[in-house]
Amino acid sequence: MEAVMTQDVGVNDLPWKIEYDENRCTMCGSCVASCSFKAIKAGVRRKSVTRAEGGQPKPIHEHEAIPVIKQVASLTDFCRGCGMCEKVCPNNAIRPVRNPDTRKTLLSRDNGPIKRGGRTNLNAQRTLDSIVVGRISQMTDPSLDSVRHTFDIRAPFGRVLSSKELPFQVVDGKLVKKGHTPPVNWIYPLVFSDMSIGALSTRAWEAVALAVAYLNEKCGLPVRMSSGEGGMPAKLLQSDYLKYFIIQIASGHFGWNRIIKAIPHMVTDPGGILIKIGQGAKPGDGGLLPSAKVAEHIQAIRGVPKATLSSPPNHQGLYSIEESVQKMHLSMNAAFGFRVPVAIKCAASSTSVSVYNNLLRDPYKICGGFFIDGIQGGTGAANEVSLDHTGHPVVSKIRDCYLAAVAQGLQGQIPLYGGGGIGMTGNAAADAFKMMCLGANGVFVGKVLIQLLGCVGNEQGRCNACNTGKCPTGICTQDPRLVKRLDIDRGAQKIVDYVLAFDAELRKLMAPIGNSSLPIGRSDALVSTDKAVADKLGLQYVC
Amino acid sequence: MCRIGSIKSKVPIQPSMALKLMLPQQEGHDNSGFAMVMQDLYGIFSGNKDKPLLSMACTQKGAQIVENYMDSHNFVQIAEWIPVPDKRPGLDIQAMPYYIFRNYDYPEDAANMTDREKEDLLLDTRLALRKLLDESGQGYVYSFWPDVLTLKEIGDPRDIATYFHLWDDNGCLVAKSIVVQCRQNTNYAIVRYAAHPFFLQGYTLCANGENTFYTKNKEFQKSLHRGYIGFESDSQCFLNTLHYVHHELQWPLGYYKHVITPLPFEEIDKREDREVLTGIRQSLAHLEINGPNTVIGVLPDCRMVTCCDSKKLRPVVVGRDENMVAISSEVCGINEILPDRDMTQDIYPDEREIVVIDNNLEVTRWKQ
Repeated sequence: MEAVMTQDVGVNDLPWKIEYDENRCTMCGSCVASCSFKAIKAGVRRKSVTRAEGGQPKPIHEHEAIPVIKQVASLTDFCRGCGMCEKVCPNNAIRPVRNPDTRKTLLSRDNGPIKRGGRTNLNAQRTLDSIVVGRISQMTDPSLDSVRHTFDIRAPFGRVLSSKELPFQVVDGKLVKKGHTPPVNWIYPLVFSDMSIGALSTRAWEAVALAVAYLNEKCGLPVRMSSGEGGMPAKLLQSDYLKYFIIQIASGHFGWNRIIKAIPHMVTDPGGILIKIGQGAKPGDGGLLPSAKVAEHIQAIRGVPKATLSSPPNHQGLYSIEESVQKMHLSMNAAFGFRVPVAIKCAASSTSVSVYNNLLRDPYKICGGFFIDGIQGGTGAANEVSLDHTGHPVVSKIRDCYLAAVAQGLQGQIPLYGGGGIGMTGNAAADAFKMMCLGANGVFVGKVLIQLLGCVGNEQGRCNACNTGKCPTGICTQDPRLVKRLDIDRGAQKIVDYVLAFDAELRKLMAPIGNSSLPIGRSDALVSTDKAVADKLGLQYVC
Repeated sequence: MCRIGSIKSKVPIQPSMALKLMLPQQEGHDNSGFAMVMQDLYGIFSGNKDKPLLSMACTQKGAQIVENYMDSHNFVQIAEWIPVPDKRPGLDIQAMPYYIFRNYDYPEDAANMTDREKEDLLLDTRLALRKLLDESGQGYVYSFWPDVLTLKEIGDPRDIATYFHLWDDNGCLVAKSIVVQCRQNTNYAIVRYAAHPFFLQGYTLCANGENTFYTKNKEFQKSLHRGYIGFESDSQCFLNTLHYVHHELQWPLGYYKHVITPLPFEEIDKREDREVLTGIRQSLAHLEINGPNTVIGVLPDCRMVTCCDSKKLRPVVVGRDENMVAISSEVCGINEILPDRDMTQDIYPDEREIVVIDNNLEVTRWKQ
């Protein structure tokens, strides 16, 4: 007999329970070997058997030792539900099952706040799903043919001047440009968001970068990828492919020693610079790279020792937005000869409109984009309290900012990009289309890209172990054994195929509303089945 | 679909000619209204071509409101024509009590004004009158500009013409330029201001089709110029853009087409003037149109222009002989008034073209 001890952790306290069928198990050990969390182990089960032999029943008691797979009852080495055991098992003998009675969240604060990766698990509501493309061109305004017509699917990245500010003169009946205008690149309205080398494995980052290069060079889609705060490989910085990348600078300035050293050797300009002020997953928090993920090559790229790398919550030395514009925007613009657009990324907030207004009125006219990151954005590592309890949905915030610009006649001058939860249900094209009708010039995605590479994490608490260095898919880890699980080429192909489908789906939405150009601000094309959403966003309510 | 048309002639013509251009195009549930803007006037207005002409429809009270305003702002009335209508029973027309066409002399202090200041004075006066009439619900003011007359009404165009004696060809209303629309409206909440042609500071424009970028056009135009108001029709946006590009920005006319139907980026990239075209496309993205449309317009200098959308979903045809050029949605109307013309010379503007007819009726075709 064993005594029950109340404070002992049991399997039933954990978020996932392993369902195991010993009759199917061949004890090959694949599941144990594949579990990066050490949440299962090989063990022995003692089995008591009573048999009767002979003509007259004569019970014989025996004990058998049966090798089995056991779940570890631990608050540190617990099952994340990633399902690698199920994937690898040749006999379908094992799988994780969600445990509704878990007490894990309550119990695991022994060493301070819970940290994890992923996105908010509490605020997974989908405003965009109550919005439908409801104004369909039919008789007086014919629909287009999504296959036959040409569509201009491009978004501005850079500061757009008002028409009266354009330095144009009429010469011989033609307009001629006399003077400098801020750089504007017309890019694909789907930006690959900032996931650093470090947060991602080099292999995963390379797969995303490979997809970007392929989409540009082979498919003619000018997709841009933000480097994330962690620098870039020197060879890439000095290559012609740099033009496809938006280099990010964040409060830790990680990687910028290499970038600055590479500037004299750059053969082309980068696609843009993105100043990260905040991110939707953990607004008010800086980047966080746990030491478990600071491998040697990460140390080399970032120029740091092996330690947990915390970016400060804000850029040191900046105390106001005006100063931010002057110092950061000007210095970033100057660094690249005012040829490269410089944009800014903030977490969505109740104050986003004020920030946007301030940028719109900036007399230097050097802010080339406002990226608003909503609460449903992902992260490689954050405190769970930040992920679940701080932030702001992005949909209404994009709309608010757009309408604030409309009220001043400044719409389009600083392009708006919305992110955080785009593609959460799998269809990023529909999300992007609706965001654009509400006023965004484009969207940015991150989570969906790593999900395409193989990430199994979701907002129902599955996996979310990006911070541990034990990512079972080799995407968010620097462990060479895990990283090998990821096939770069197949991963890149998956992303390319998805973006090509995204492009076709965008056309399938543009065609019925009769537009060959992106419907930025065409809120009349949308209706909502939710009265509150309709009222808030200024859409027609339908039922 | 509204049928639109225009005639530019070396010899002054009467409105019946415009009606003959339009009526053969009638189809199905057409003709819920008639509207025209006449420019370069002869007939009873020929003596006051340099004096602003007010065109309005109102009640007696509305007329008084206007009179008071004009008096208090030192406009001096110098001529007036109030048509005596044919009120025979059975006419399909929702007539207003009075139609007033009145020439004014400028206030005394206008003598020192530049042309631009005079243009603004006329616009601001019209906007003020419109506001007064809107607030009191006593009428509509359509144009206030030298040598320009506007008539709009709800009903069957044939009956409207009978009501105003337009079939009589009595020599009252004569002009070298007429832009006209026979209205088709499946939306029964008809507002007179929503009927094309629209007029703003010497620019006249009518359009057909649906402006699918109406919301973004409107939201942008509202803050561009005080004259861009109303928006009762999505087609008003085309006029505002024409006025903005040509009058406010003072860009050559061809750039109007670049603004409303910009070239695809791929094509812009191949052009020598790509920097300019890209600049236009990004700064005036909200003035792009993206639906099926034909536009017919007249400029302050009386040149007539036409173009259509970039997907060529709305047709337009230009027919001509030595004395007259007619532009119309459908060729059957032109066949009616110019049956003996050389049809091989008809122009069907393509999706990248803007056609301009000058005062000698010379036709220029500009490729975008």
